[in-house]
Order: sequence, then C-alpha cells, then structure tokens
Amino acid sequence: MTAVDTKDQIYQVLETIKDPEIDTVSVLDLGMVEHVEIEGGHVTIKMLPTFSGCPALNIIQGNIERAVKTVENVDSVEVQFIFNPPWTSDRITEKGREGLKQFGIAPPPKYLEEDGSWHVNCPYCNSEYVTMENIFGPTACRSILYCKSCKNPFEAMKPISTLM
Amino acid sequence: MTQKFENPVVELLFQLADDDYLFSYRGSEWLGLAPHIEEDVAFSSITQDTMGHATVYYRLLEGLGLGAADSLAHIRPAAERKNSILVERPNGEGCYMENPRYDWAYAVARSYIYTTAKKIKIDSLKSSSDQSLAEAAVKISMELYYHLLHWKTWFVQLFNATEEARNRMTKALEKVVADSGDLFSFGDAASEITNASLIESEQVLLNRWTEYVKPVFETIKVAVPTFGKPERNGRNGEHTNELQDAIDTMSEVYATDLAAAW
Repeated sequence: MTAVDTKDQIYQVLETIKDPEIDTVSVLDLGMVEHVEIEGGHVTIKMLPTFSGCPALNIIQGNIERAVKTVENVDSVEVQFIFNPPWTSDRITEKGREGLKQFGIAPPPKYLEEDGSWHVNCPYCNSEYVTMENIFGPTACRSILYCKSCKNPFEAMKPISTLM
Repeated sequence: MTQKFENPVVELLFQLADDDYLFSYRGSEWLGLAPHIEEDVAFSSITQDTMGHATVYYRLLEGLGLGAADSLAHIRPAAERKNSILVERPNGEGCYMENPRYDWAYAVARSYIYTTAKKIKIDSLKSSSDQSLAEAAVKISMELYYHLLHWKTWFVQLFNATEEARNRMTKALEKVVADSGDLFSFGDAASEITNASLIESEQVLLNRWTEYVKPVFETIKVAVPTFGKPERNGRNGEHTNELQDAIDTMSEVYATDLAAAW
C-alpha cells in the first residue's frame, strides 16, 4: 500500500469520528482537521480546536488516536491542537451544515451585519421569524433561539470570525 | 538589588494565565446563583471559555519546560501567583456552598472592567514577538468578542436602570477601581517584557483602554475611572489571604491524588 492510499484511508476513518455532542457531523465536516502527515508508520494529525475551553477536545483526540491506529501500516498516531490558522465557523462544510440541521442546530450564519449582529433561519421549518433567547447556550459553540413560526426552541452554531 | 528576569515571556504568561484562572474560578462560584437561568447559562459559558484561555497559557508554559499545565494551575502557592488583586477578591459575603450573599453589581462591574482590560491586552498580543502567544491571542480574541458584548450590556443597563441599581453599581465600581491598580501592571518584570516586544507598554495599554471604554462611560454619565498606584502588586506575588483560600478550594480534588490522570 502506498502513502497516498494510507492517507486516503486515514481520511475515511476521520469521516467516522463524530463530534461527541453532535453525532451527525464529523471532525472533517466541522473543518477541524488542518493537516495529516505520514512519516513511515507515524502519523501526525494537526487539528484546530473550535473553542479553546471545549471539553470535547480530549475525547475527540482519544477517539482519533484509537481509530487511526487501526489503519494498515500505521504504528503510532499523534494528534496536535494548533491555533494557526485559527478555526472559524466558515470552515464547516456544506455536508457539515446539513448535518447540524439534522440535529436541530442551525448552521452558523455565513455573513455578519455591519454592527456584528447575525441572523439564522429555523432548522426545522426554515422560517426567518425567529428570536434570539440567549447568545450563550448549553455548549460554548452554541446559542439558544426560538422559532415564532413552528414554536420550537432551537440552537444555532455561533459565528466565529477573525473579523470579530 | 534589582531582580533579573531571564525569560520575560514566562513572566508574562504566568500573569495572563493566573488572571484568567482566578477570574474563571470566581465566575464558577456563581454557578446556580445568577439572577436568572439564562444568565446562569451565559455566565457559566463565559467562565468555561475563560478557563480554556488559562489552559492555553499554562500549556505554553508547559511547552517552555515549566512543568505540567495542571500542576502549574493547581499547585503553585499564593506567593508564586502573578494575577491581579481584582480577580482574587471574593464575590461577596458567605460561601457558594452555604448562605452565599454575593453581590451581582460587583460581579458585573468586575467582569466589565476585567474583560475590557483583557481585550486591550489581547489586541496588543496579536502583534507579540512571541509567535505562539500571538497565535493564541487571535484565538482568544474571537471568543472574547461575545464576553465583551455580554458584560457591556449588563454594565450599561444596570447603571441606567433604577436609582437603587445605579447606587449599587456606583459602589461596586468604586470597589473594583480600588483593586485595579495592578491590572495593567507587569510588575518588576515590566521593562524586560516590553523590551522583548512581547506586548506594548503599561502606559500605552492603559491609555488605549481609557479611549476604548470612553463611549460606554459617556452612555452611563460616569467619568472614566483612573487607577491609583497599587497597595499590593499581584504581578510581584503580593496578594490577599483570599487568594490562598481560592486556590485551596479549586485544587482540592486535584491535590487528593497528584499522580492520577484526570
């Protein structure tokens, strides 16, 4: 097996590593994987943390190390969290945005207003008629909103940008 | 004799790390006690982010060979801590375990002053000569955006609410200002830290802070406070007894088994 095959297989495995709190999106969908490096049997995976205090990071790290070790020709795996480039919410892929909606979480808005405010549609009924209940939510990366059309409370992924 | 600081980045990192660690600890004592449930969610989320920021700094220190991040956070005694006096002060009378009589006005005033000061420092750190610190600052800045928005909203709304709210906020702000003498200080290591271009000077940062908060203080019709010379300078390890109590509580579980993997 060539190094290219090994890399493909590693990416296939990474696709199965889900956010421990949102099982419809993988670490690849979230744009957290920056770089995969193979040197002989040693694999280094450079990851971007979403929020610096996110308690899921250690779990993700352990899950990746265990899973990638099962790939043929891989002897050891090291996961490193780096800050450059910084993770921003526009790194979430289209597939990731769909996965978030399936879970009842509105994907982060693609654009911010000039005053920094932002708008998302209801992930259930796509209504624009929503109100922000709390910019902070049950996890560091989410806000709590309410849909006035279908009367469901829902969460949204906070926009994170270097322009902030 | 003047103390020499061989590695100013270590000095600065301890100041930044200990500040966020203690500020986060005091925030965590409010868990379940905030004025309403939405605030409890918000405050604890900010507190969690802030502990994440402390972790970032302690890990950088670990990378520089200063010891494990967890032990730097939990085991160092008060005399070795470099945090400002402001963040070590208790939230009010009583204890979170029983009969807490914490002061929400004080929480808002302290959080607003601390978070705006942090914003000014983080912006300067983005151009730090230390690449790791500059990268960490970019990361922290994006999360800080939401904290600033939150504390500014509370600060302005309580000042501009009822007469009682204004009186309480005025008293709380006086208390916060009295403890903020070392907030922008880098202590005895100041010239080494500035000469190494790790961050801009105390005076530049303080002036920038004054300009930054001016529009908010205009909204509440209060003069921008000036900070006096500190009675104690936390950056030099001078602290109140309240700090050791906080460290003892925070590290109680960690200290039961130093060899355990958490």
